[in-house]
Amino acid sequence: MRIAIVDESASRAAVIREGLAMLEDCEIFVVTERRGLVARIGEIAPDIVLMDLGNPSRDVLEEYFAVSRVLGRPIAMFVDESDEESIAASVDAGVSSYVVDGLAPHRIRPILDLAVRRFNAFARLEADLAEAKGKLAEREVVDKAKRILMDSRGFSEPQAYSELRKTAMNQGKRIADIAEAVVTAHQLMGGK
Amino acid sequence: MASEAVSGELTVGFLPLVDACLPILAREHGFAEAEGISLRLVRDMSWATVLDRLLYGHSDAAHMVAPLAIATTLGRGRPAQPLSVPFVLGLNGNAVTMRPDLARAVNPAGGLGDPAAVGAALKAHLAQTGKPLRFGVVHRYSSHNYMLRYWLAACGVRPEVDVEITTIAPPFCADALEFGEVDAICVGEPWNSVAVERGAGEIVLATAQIWRRGVEKVLALREPVMEERRADVEALVRALRKAGEHFVDPVNLDANAAILARAEYLDGNAGLIRRAISDRLLLAQGGQVLHYPDFMFQHREAANFPWVSQAEWLYSQMVRWDGLRFDSGDARKAARVFRPDVYRSALLGTGEPLPGASSKVEGSLGGPTSVSMQQGVITLENNRFFDRRPFDPALLQSYIESQSQT
Repeated sequence: MRIAIVDESASRAAVIREGLAMLEDCEIFVVTERRGLVARIGEIAPDIVLMDLGNPSRDVLEEYFAVSRVLGRPIAMFVDESDEESIAASVDAGVSSYVVDGLAPHRIRPILDLAVRRFNAFARLEADLAEAKGKLAEREVVDKAKRILMDSRGFSEPQAYSELRKTAMNQGKRIADIAEAVVTAHQLMGGK
Repeated sequence: MASEAVSGELTVGFLPLVDACLPILAREHGFAEAEGISLRLVRDMSWATVLDRLLYGHSDAAHMVAPLAIATTLGRGRPAQPLSVPFVLGLNGNAVTMRPDLARAVNPAGGLGDPAAVGAALKAHLAQTGKPLRFGVVHRYSSHNYMLRYWLAACGVRPEVDVEITTIAPPFCADALEFGEVDAICVGEPWNSVAVERGAGEIVLATAQIWRRGVEKVLALREPVMEERRADVEALVRALRKAGEHFVDPVNLDANAAILARAEYLDGNAGLIRRAISDRLLLAQGGQVLHYPDFMFQHREAANFPWVSQAEWLYSQMVRWDGLRFDSGDARKAARVFRPDVYRSALLGTGEPLPGASSKVEGSLGGPTSVSMQQGVITLENNRFFDRRPFDPALLQSYIESQSQT
C-alpha cells in the first residue's frame, strides 16, 4: 500500500513516518512542500493520504481528488460510516485522511490509529519541549538573580539561593518568580 | 469539546477574509455579550478544515462559502450531513483580478469593465491565442466559482473547455498570480488588493457586477446543533445584526479595520482592509482608488435574510457544474438549508425589518422597489444578473434544464 504523508512540518512528518514504518507492505512518501503538491501526489499515486488537519492546501488537494482522472482511482474523504469513530479521533488529533475508494476498512483503520497515536505523541513532544525550554529559561534567571545577590550583598552562592527560596516561601511564590523580580528590579536600578 | 460547552458559549470557525467581519465585531464590540452569549473564534486556513471542525464538534458554527453548506447537506464528496443557515453573513465582495497584460488585453479602457464586453473580449482573446487560460477560485463549492462560471458561460466562454478553473486557498491567490500558476483569480478581499499592490494583477470586475445581489458567505451550523442550541443561535443572529449596523456606519471604519487587521483575525494590512470594507478598490498599481458602492453588502435591504430562493439558485448551479440532473428530493433538501424561520423568530419584535415572503424572484429588479413586509420597511434596489436573466424559484427545474452545462 502506498501512503503519502503531507505536512508542512518536516519534523512531525518524520515522526509519523517513523511510526508507520513498522507496517508491512507499506511504502511511505513524505511531502512537505506546498508548491507542486498536486503534481507530486499525482506521481506518488497513493492509496491513502494523511494530512495535518489545518494544512492550508487541503482545499486544493480535495478539488484534485474530486476532479482528477489522472489517478484512475477516485480518492474520497472517509467513506464508510462505520469508521466515524476513527475519523472523529483523527480529527481530534489533528489528522485528516483521504483514502482510495473501495479500500477495505480493516486495512485503513490500523494506519489511521497509528497516525493518530504518532500525532498525539508529537503534540506531547512539543509540549515537553516547550516545558523544557521554559525550565531552562527559569534556571538562567535564577542564576542571574543569585549573582546579583552575591555581588550586592556579599552572599555566597548557597546563601543567595537560600535567600531566594525563603522569600519565595514567605510570599507563596515560585523561586523563578522571585528571581525574575530581582533581575527586573536590578535592571530598573541601573544594573546590567 | 465545544458540543459539551455550557450554554451561552458558541465557538465559530472562520477564514481570514473581510467578510468574517460580523462574528468578529459581534465579539469585539460586545454585541454578543449583550445578548447573553460569548463567542470564541477559531481561525483556519482552508474551508476543508473549517468544515471538519464544524462536523466533528470543534466548533458550533462557521463562516462558510454558501454552496459548501448545500454540498455538505447533499453529501457531495463526503457522507451527507445536514447543515442549516439561519443568517447570511454577506453578499458579494469578490473580484476578478487578472495578470496585468491579460487585463489590458480584455479590458483595454481600464477601470472596472463591463462584464459582457470583457467576456466578449476574453472569448476573442482565447480564439486568437489558441491558448487556454487558468482561473483560480477559492473552492469548488464557492460563490466565486459559480459567479465566475455563470459569467464566462453567458459570454460563450466554456469553463473546463476554453478555460481551466482550479482551486487556490485565498491567502495564496496573490502568490499564484504572481508566479504564473494562474492567469486570473476570483477571490474576496483583501487578496485582490494584495495582488494589485504587488503589481501581480489588475482588478477587472467585481462579482457584484455579475449578480448585483449575489449570496456569498453564510453562518452555517449542523442542523441538530442548531435545534439543540436554538436560543443561543437566535441570540447570535441578533448580535450579528447589531454588528452589521456598526460595520456599515462609516464613522466606525478605522476602528473596525484595525480590529480585523489584528494577528488573531485577518493578520493583514489595516489600510487595505479599510479600503475593502469601504467599497474602495485600487484596480491597478499606481492608479486611482475607485469607489464602487455595494462592492460588499453586509446589512441594508435585510441582506442577512436567508432567502430560500438563494439556496435554490445555488442548487441550480451545483447541478449545472457538477454535471448532475435535477432531483426534486435534493432540491427540497437544498432549499431547506436556508432557514428564514429561525431568522424571523430571532428578530420578531425587534426593530429589524422582516420580509413578508421567504422566497423571491432573484435578479428581477432593475431599480428601487418596496416589498411587502412582516415587520419594518425595506426598499430593494437593483438585484439583476448581468445578462438580465431572472431566476424564478417556482420554475427551478426548467431554469436548470435551460442552462448550458459547458
